[in-house]
Amino acid sequence: MSHRGSRVLRLDALARVEGEAGLHLTVHDGTVAEARLRIYEPPRFFEAFLVGRGHGEPPDITSRICGICPVAYQMTACQAVERACGVTVGGPLAELRRLLYYGEWIESQSLHIHLLHAPDFFGHPSAVELARDQRGAVERGLRIKQAGNAIMEQLGGRAIHPINVRIGGFYRAPAPAELVPLAERLRRAHDDALETVRWVSGFDFPDAAYDGPLLAMRDPGRYAIDSGTPAVMAAGAGSNGATSVGALPVEEFEHHVVERQVPHSTALVSELDGHHYLTGSLARYAISGQWLHPSALEAAREAGLGDPATGAVCRNPFRSIIVRAVEVAHAVAEALRIIDAYEPPSRPYVEVPPRSATGCAATEAPRGLLYHRYAMDADGTLTLARIVPPTAQNQAAIEDDLRRQVQSRLDGPGEPADDEELTALCERAVRNHDPCISCSAHFLDLTVERG
Amino acid sequence: MTGRVVVIGVGNPFRRDDGAGPAVIEALRANPPEDTLLLDSDGEPGRMLGLWHRQDAVVVVEVVHAHPGQPGRLHTLTAEQAARSAARPASTHALGLGETFALAAALDRMPRELTVHAVEGADFSLGRGLSPPVADALPALLRHVARAIADAHDRLRHTADQLMGHQETA
Repeated sequence: MSHRGSRVLRLDALARVEGEAGLHLTVHDGTVAEARLRIYEPPRFFEAFLVGRGHGEPPDITSRICGICPVAYQMTACQAVERACGVTVGGPLAELRRLLYYGEWIESQSLHIHLLHAPDFFGHPSAVELARDQRGAVERGLRIKQAGNAIMEQLGGRAIHPINVRIGGFYRAPAPAELVPLAERLRRAHDDALETVRWVSGFDFPDAAYDGPLLAMRDPGRYAIDSGTPAVMAAGAGSNGATSVGALPVEEFEHHVVERQVPHSTALVSELDGHHYLTGSLARYAISGQWLHPSALEAAREAGLGDPATGAVCRNPFRSIIVRAVEVAHAVAEALRIIDAYEPPSRPYVEVPPRSATGCAATEAPRGLLYHRYAMDADGTLTLARIVPPTAQNQAAIEDDLRRQVQSRLDGPGEPADDEELTALCERAVRNHDPCISCSAHFLDLTVERG
Repeated sequence: MTGRVVVIGVGNPFRRDDGAGPAVIEALRANPPEDTLLLDSDGEPGRMLGLWHRQDAVVVVEVVHAHPGQPGRLHTLTAEQAARSAARPASTHALGLGETFALAAALDRMPRELTVHAVEGADFSLGRGLSPPVADALPALLRHVARAIADAHDRLRHTADQLMGHQETA
């Protein structure tokens, strides 16, 4: 096999990811010299939009950042503002928030599993071909997704960009009877979700491993989604059964996670203490897997992910589809638990009086850890907003993963890879991480020349 | 069961001309046609497929790119034509409208009839408000959609009458 000479592979638009991005890969004498994920979505200016607005506005404004995970933005914004104001929302209101967040999780993860990621494992270019080949599985996925959709509509007021969320809680809390139809739908979805775990666990998974640090929220006793503290599992940990997880207080997040501009991307690139790192489903499973709902934990063991209670960690990005399916099973089971135990709060929200302060918070968006920080004046006028989305954090790790996977293919036995094969490999590698590209785009640079 | 008339305005009102579909729905809501379901959608296929039943008549209102284009020009497309003409989604939707219809067909979830009323857009940048050619075309688009709704009701009634006739003779 000869790898002499140089070749450049340009992929102008990635299919089946949220938003638009390209990839630039340079191979020189059989060695991958460069892999650049080019995020060229236009800048969004959301952080600038927020300055000068009232402290009650971030949940509504930031929910517009993403059509797939608006609740993640709302929940993180609410918590950051409430922390600044010294308010903690607990009891039934916190449970209702979690229920709404599970609705989004069910929708978003099911979308990625069935319509975006699964076609790769059957060699299909899109979900349409998958639906012809695996109709029952796709229908099952859409049923699960519609259960999440129903939660969003009932609790959020509509399926996209929910309007019932406000700082301190909700504009209106549901009566228990209003949640009964959701429970009926979720019971079916629970069976469907467990069947989906079995389905995806039977796929053929290429060998691959991401061995860098993993970042996810951690809240001992609970599979952390909307609570806990950012936590880091060290590079390589878990591969030999030994895991070490270090806490990273959310107030210190920006001391450790540093963003920088790069010329090829409108998303900022993050480093954690100087290293690229991965956030998202693999990180959550590694750090909180032992606290999954029992039915989801059992499904994970049966699916061959190992037992997270004994330190098993999955670092194969291709197998993230199994982890996502397990997370859907967890979200459905937890949503059912919340509905079964629901007692309406005495008021739909608690007051959040403004004060001159700064507050930050992080939660687990389906694609990974999402961080917000706000500073406000005494009257609640925002003077600063900072949003660090998961895809921007994952960008360097995705590029590293691309380099490794392409290099592994070039070094492997068999026929030399042509550009078509490398393109397919790179697209799969990117989709393994479920990037949300339009969320990650930031303003990159502005030059004003005046005569 | 003889079905419903479902009208779906697809688009994003915060991306200028992409908001024409929702704008038509908003206009229809001011004087809603009887027995007609008026819906907005971002076009996400999982949710789109949940908006109709197989026995429904569905009218989709959408904005299209054309090359070479004539902003404001109106088109009426069948589902098959829309599927062919939407080779790549123009927005950040996970799948385009054409792929959504193809997915519905693969899952045997197409409605009884489906037509797309589309206007060619000019400006898809961030912000509210339609470009002048699309704003000028909106009344004609609204008339086309209103006519499509009335025609769909006529056909559904005709189907219902036929079914009743079959039942009486049986």
